[in-house]
Amino acid sequence: MNMTTIILWTIQILLVPALAPLFIGVTRKIKARLQNRRGASVLQPYSDVWKLLHKDEVISRDASWIFRAAPYLIFATTLVIGASIPLFSTALANSLTGDFLVVVYLVALGTFLLALAGIDAGSALGGFGSSREMFVAALTEGGLILSLLTLALIGKTTNLAGIATAIGSVSFTSFTPIILAFISFSVAMLAETCRYPFDNPATHLELTMIHEAMILEYSGKRLALMEWASANKFLIFIAIGANLFFPHGIADSLALGPVLLGLALFAVKALLFAAAIAVIESSTAKLRIFRLPDLLFTSFVLSVIALGLVNV
Amino acid sequence: MDTLTSPTLFCLALACFATGALGALLLGKKDTAANVVGSVLAIAGAAIALIFSGAVLLEGTTQSFAADTSFPLISLSFSVDRLAAFFVLVISAVALLTSIYALGYVRHYYGKYSIGVLGCFYNIFIASMILVVTAHNALFFLIVWEIMSLASYFLVIYERREAASIRAGSLYFIMTHAGTAFIITAFLLMFREAGSFDFDAIHTGLATASPMTQSAIFVTALIGFGAKAGIIPLHIWLPSAHPAAPSHVSALMSGVMIKTGIFMLIRITLGLLPEVHLWWGLTVLVVGAVSSLLGVLYALSEHDLKRLLAYHSIENIGIILLGLGSALVFSSAGMNTLAALGLAAALFHTMNHATFKALLFLGAGSVIGATHTRNIEKYGGLIRLMPQTALFFLIGSMAISALPPLNGFFSEWLTFQSLFQGVTGFDVVTKLIFILSIGALAFTGGLAAACFVKAFGITFLARPRSNAASQAKETSPLLRLAMAAFALLIVGLGLFSGMVTRVLGEVAGDMAGLESAATPGSTPAGSAQFTTVSLLNGFAEISMPAVFAGIVTAFAAAALVFFLLTRQRTQAVAATWDCGTDLTPRMEITATGFSRSIITVMQGLMRPGSETEIEYHDANRYFPKTGTVNMGLNDIYRSFIYRPLQVITTTIAGYMRKLQSGNIHAYILYIFLTLIGLLAWLNFQS
Repeated sequence: MNMTTIILWTIQILLVPALAPLFIGVTRKIKARLQNRRGASVLQPYSDVWKLLHKDEVISRDASWIFRAAPYLIFATTLVIGASIPLFSTALANSLTGDFLVVVYLVALGTFLLALAGIDAGSALGGFGSSREMFVAALTEGGLILSLLTLALIGKTTNLAGIATAIGSVSFTSFTPIILAFISFSVAMLAETCRYPFDNPATHLELTMIHEAMILEYSGKRLALMEWASANKFLIFIAIGANLFFPHGIADSLALGPVLLGLALFAVKALLFAAAIAVIESSTAKLRIFRLPDLLFTSFVLSVIALGLVNV
Repeated sequence: MDTLTSPTLFCLALACFATGALGALLLGKKDTAANVVGSVLAIAGAAIALIFSGAVLLEGTTQSFAADTSFPLISLSFSVDRLAAFFVLVISAVALLTSIYALGYVRHYYGKYSIGVLGCFYNIFIASMILVVTAHNALFFLIVWEIMSLASYFLVIYERREAASIRAGSLYFIMTHAGTAFIITAFLLMFREAGSFDFDAIHTGLATASPMTQSAIFVTALIGFGAKAGIIPLHIWLPSAHPAAPSHVSALMSGVMIKTGIFMLIRITLGLLPEVHLWWGLTVLVVGAVSSLLGVLYALSEHDLKRLLAYHSIENIGIILLGLGSALVFSSAGMNTLAALGLAAALFHTMNHATFKALLFLGAGSVIGATHTRNIEKYGGLIRLMPQTALFFLIGSMAISALPPLNGFFSEWLTFQSLFQGVTGFDVVTKLIFILSIGALAFTGGLAAACFVKAFGITFLARPRSNAASQAKETSPLLRLAMAAFALLIVGLGLFSGMVTRVLGEVAGDMAGLESAATPGSTPAGSAQFTTVSLLNGFAEISMPAVFAGIVTAFAAAALVFFLLTRQRTQAVAATWDCGTDLTPRMEITATGFSRSIITVMQGLMRPGSETEIEYHDANRYFPKTGTVNMGLNDIYRSFIYRPLQVITTTIAGYMRKLQSGNIHAYILYIFLTLIGLLAWLNFQS
């Protein structure tokens, strides 16, 4: 553990929470431009969090300690995941929590707590939000795990950093399963991060909201934590998509040059992802909730085909 | 160490149960005394069995002892190898804690039902489970198996004034005996090959058996023991029988009794039969995948808390079978290291399921004791009235949903890793079955989480939905002690999963035919330390303590930073936003509503139905008085499997009845014809 390693680890751990609001801001900005609006500054989400931290808080009298503890726990899971995934250098591989199943199930832990918090205040909307969230989350699991498994089998390891290293040097013959798995993963990503066509991140309309319904009772610092955690989750899925499926350019050492290049390329790739999501959000309609399973099962089947094509 | 693994200790444990059974029965109607004697001796017996099995497991030498009887084919022979010791350990650990719970919980039955009978069957039940996994002679095994089935049957119908209990008991009685018929067939097939009922003799005798016979033994054993384990479609008794029993017995039945079926499947496929065929493993995988997925879907549609938990037992048996099935496939291909990994996963999940399912049933028992209903829709807000029960139930819920850092996550992780290995290196069909099994396990995890958000959220969160729920009180200290112990076990097994994996790796290695000369600190398929578990030459690595520490540290850091940032902010407690009307409990989401969307999506599988009844004020049906909607599932197993089976059986029985004319001449004719037939057959034979 020399000084460089400590600094780089600090960057790795803080990168996701530090940048996450920015990518939410960028996505919103691009969406606004596509709708011929000027849109708020890309830094607006930071200001939102800052504003909420300075507000007093109202807590429902029906809510229990779960409602109070959930925001911290959910935020904590995103911090752990952020530290466990490859961001800019595979040399920061972590064999302790870097297994892809750990990440997937830590995401599930956050979802579980979020859904409980949604029910806790006893509002009708929160309960329905939780029900819908678990509905989407449960059906997303198959496509998510199998798409990442495709990469794991190609890379011969279930460690995320190991996968990133291996996919970077993969031969052309393996591209078909990777592309199929990527399409499958993208669907899962949109579902997990509450984007179109699954959920509308900007709505507060009772009939359509999923994520927003669950956090409706939150205010003040806990709302700030919830919003921030959901931004973290957004960036985490972007990072997994960018660095696992397109790991080219990610640093494989802790030397200054590759790390700077890795950071820059990560920023570019993540911005491209955010832009793509913004375009999807502006060009598609939100699906009826009972049409969502079709999409999620498509994602699952694509992964099954991808796995079938893997030759090891 | 020698004294700890001696047969004397084992017999002492059995003697405790016997005394407990007898003592409770003799004390009869003296409720408190019968309960104390029955429970305390069960605690003592379980504690002794726990020490004995733990010592055998750590030492690793097989303990065999026998007592001959005057009957030629049966001897009371026991053999406690590491696999048996592991199961005794699980059984006695769960029994120890449920007995502590029983001390307090059985008070609910004082004056209503005979406590002596309960204590008697309870002790017999625990003892028979321990005997089942240690018996080393097929006939002796069948006898204790039957005792176990009967003891549990009497516990199921314990609340004998409830019609539902009796119905559930009868169904259980029929199903378990139909299963036993298949088990007897399996053992008779073995006897034909070996000429003996001793397990060692059977093992040698089967070495020369034809593949047909071996497969016949496998199929009959899978059906027979599968019925006890509760695989779909042989599960129909389970969701009605487990809830009918008193909660601490439900915990034992769901937590450990159904695992005896798993134990015997392992024993027969990997212990007695000489080799494993590929299609056996694939069959077990398919059965496991179907049971896990359908089990959790049925659980989602339940709003009876104990039935919901019972369906989750089916789901978890499915997950265990996924591990076992992969072990069988690898074993058939001669990949013993991978087989050991699959088996270790199955064993780990067996133990984990025993802990969290027992905890959840005990939690359910406490909730039911406080509210006097099993209907989830009548609960709500119990987290404020029963805070500790709620915490324990939450831990159980998170463990069963495979959420890190608890033990359920680790065993599912092992199962996943084992299944991953089947995707490569096999033919297309095997590969596809493995991929779909992984998919089933992935969906099962997500659906289980959804189901327990419902079970925990509707039961403990928001506002009380009935008077009973708003007047609930926290349960007595003994009940909470038992639940707290289980909760600690769950956290501990998660945290120390590395060490547990090492021990289970050795158990699995024995069964999978690995040399046990592996270096200390290594499992057959990698290395397992407290800090990290590494599998298959670094294919996968995990550190449960790091996951645990990571979450705790991140939580503490987030809490500290946000506390410092917002010190000056105030917190007001106010009503939930109510859209301008008064919020009533009826506006909260219901358990039925919560899961209805998933059920609707799966309607091809689940066959949901709803019955609408409307009562009218007037004959013209203009003014409805009350309306009832009954939403449930159509029981496809009854209508497509069991009903036709019943019709066929009764039809055949009807024809058979014509033979029974009651006329003595006819019977003499039958005897005469049979005699002629037998003589003719003998003539052809020679």
